[in-house]
Amino acid sequence: MTSPPLLTATPSGDVLELRPGGSWTAANVATLEALSNGVTAQLDRSNTVKVDMTGVRELDTLGAWLLEKISRRATRGGHRAEVTGVADNYAGLIEEVHQVNRHNPAPVCKLNPVVAMLNDLGRAAIGGTEDVSAFLQMLGSLFLALVGALRRPRSLRLTSLVYQLYRVGFQAIPIMVLITFLIGAIIAQQGFFHFRKFGAESYVVDMVGILVLRELGVLIVAIMVAGRSGSAYTAELGSMKMREEIDALSTMGLDPVEVLILPRIIALVIALPILSFIGSMAALYGGGLVAQFYGDMGPAIFIARLHDAVSVTSFKVGIIKAPFMALAIGIVACSEGLRVKGSAESLGKQTTTSVVKSIFLVIVLDGLFAVFFASIGM
Amino acid sequence: MQQVGPEFAIRVRDLVVGFGRQVVLDHLSLDVRRGEILGLVGASGGGKTVLMRTIIGLITPRSGEIEVMGTVIGGAQDRATQKAASRWGILFQQGALFSSLTVRQNIQFPLRENLVMSQGLMDEIATAKLEMVGLSPEDGDKFPAELSGGMTKRAALARALALDPAIVFLDEPTSGLDPIAAGEFDALIKTLQTTLGLTVFMVTHDLASMYTECDRVAALADGKVVAIGPMRELLQSEHPWVRAYFHGKRSEMLQPKAS
Repeated sequence: MTSPPLLTATPSGDVLELRPGGSWTAANVATLEALSNGVTAQLDRSNTVKVDMTGVRELDTLGAWLLEKISRRATRGGHRAEVTGVADNYAGLIEEVHQVNRHNPAPVCKLNPVVAMLNDLGRAAIGGTEDVSAFLQMLGSLFLALVGALRRPRSLRLTSLVYQLYRVGFQAIPIMVLITFLIGAIIAQQGFFHFRKFGAESYVVDMVGILVLRELGVLIVAIMVAGRSGSAYTAELGSMKMREEIDALSTMGLDPVEVLILPRIIALVIALPILSFIGSMAALYGGGLVAQFYGDMGPAIFIARLHDAVSVTSFKVGIIKAPFMALAIGIVACSEGLRVKGSAESLGKQTTTSVVKSIFLVIVLDGLFAVFFASIGM
Repeated sequence: MQQVGPEFAIRVRDLVVGFGRQVVLDHLSLDVRRGEILGLVGASGGGKTVLMRTIIGLITPRSGEIEVMGTVIGGAQDRATQKAASRWGILFQQGALFSSLTVRQNIQFPLRENLVMSQGLMDEIATAKLEMVGLSPEDGDKFPAELSGGMTKRAALARALALDPAIVFLDEPTSGLDPIAAGEFDALIKTLQTTLGLTVFMVTHDLASMYTECDRVAALADGKVVAIGPMRELLQSEHPWVRAYFHGKRSEMLQPKAS
């Protein structure tokens, strides 16, 4: 069906006669481009260019454009170009292609790479302040929605709250228990391994107990929740934003913060302390198992040592942090979700940002709390 | 593009498509002639889009034969089908432009994947296609999320036409466009069909485009093609659904008085 494309050029004096032939179609583009580039030097040398198209068997937009380019190049130098022998069925296409690419696109200004880098840096710095203001804005509107919900308790979306609690709380229990159990066991094993050299095995229980209750239990669970539920919040709200569902809510006179965000964040604030408690217990259990099978310390001794080592204060220090971390995760996740723009790429980017930021904030919060508790002597 | 080859661009024989216990297309047969614009009408949920998706290999039929440009279609994973697919252009209902690429990159995507050509030529071809569908070269640098509904359809059509396909499948090309934009789009498809010699398979609900644009219209009801022919023949059809479709209140309002 297709035949190889040809382009014969016969110069005679000032006149260059071109005879394209064969299939000038997209399938032969590599040959065609080479052919048409091959005659440019001759084009510039000739006064008159005659294109005889009788030999063309097949033509599509690409071929027509290449031929058009040849005659444009010829005419640009003030020379003459004549196209003859166009088959009737291609006349429309040739005419169509004759109209296109006439318009010179506005030049795009290219920045110097150093300037571009500085530009990006500056934008990132300004973006940082925008992040802070977005966080504060969300905190403020959340507070307003909460006040509204307290004033009119019926406006609180109880069904949604319970459903979100089930998703971020109940359904998260197995994975949280598994991870914290393993972390507790690993810490105990490392403790026994190293403390044994000093004959200080009994202090492993102190280490595990304090570390898990004060820091690790809540920190690990918060990071897991940020990755598991925070990303889900961002993706959900982001795709609602993309499909204009959030705009639809606002036009119905409803506040998206009250309807969508408040139940999600309340659910997170309730779920995270509970998950931290369950996680801490699982970690202690893991530590206890390692103590029995690796450290030759029976459960009774482990529990007795634990009783001496940890106080209610350690537990309080850990669990007080949980709701604040939940709030930070929820606010970051929801405000990032609302910043999603139309494309799928933006949804992915915002979800990544949400997880990275909320984990960062969780760790910063943990550090601030450590300073705070140290200074009040807890 | 005129080519020697089979007289029919698409031949469908005894096609049965169903999901679960539901049968959507029941022993359907349909021929689309080379170089014509065929409009397909049918009730919502009646299987128009299913028929189109089956022809382009996205849905595997239970039984029956489909031939597109002489190639037997055997599903989207089939090598022969994939090869044949480079000769088709498809305009999905929502445009289905790749949202992470600019419009120009969207148009260049099929060129880049199927052909070896210089970037300069590729840019020129993309701009040519943009202008042919009535967009400006500056629109090429926009992302799909920044386009209006009509522009999205035009950009998607430009991508569908990137490889100069022999057949274009259009799924409700004018739905959601205002009458002016819809009219322009119809005229555009007609122009492109005459200049490029396209075969157009168009799923539509737009009576105006059926009158002005389609060479033939096929009516799909009860999983079968119940009537096919030029518009004036369809208006004479005795089939109850076809009568209801073309002689309902809305349709009567739109009919040209002369006919």
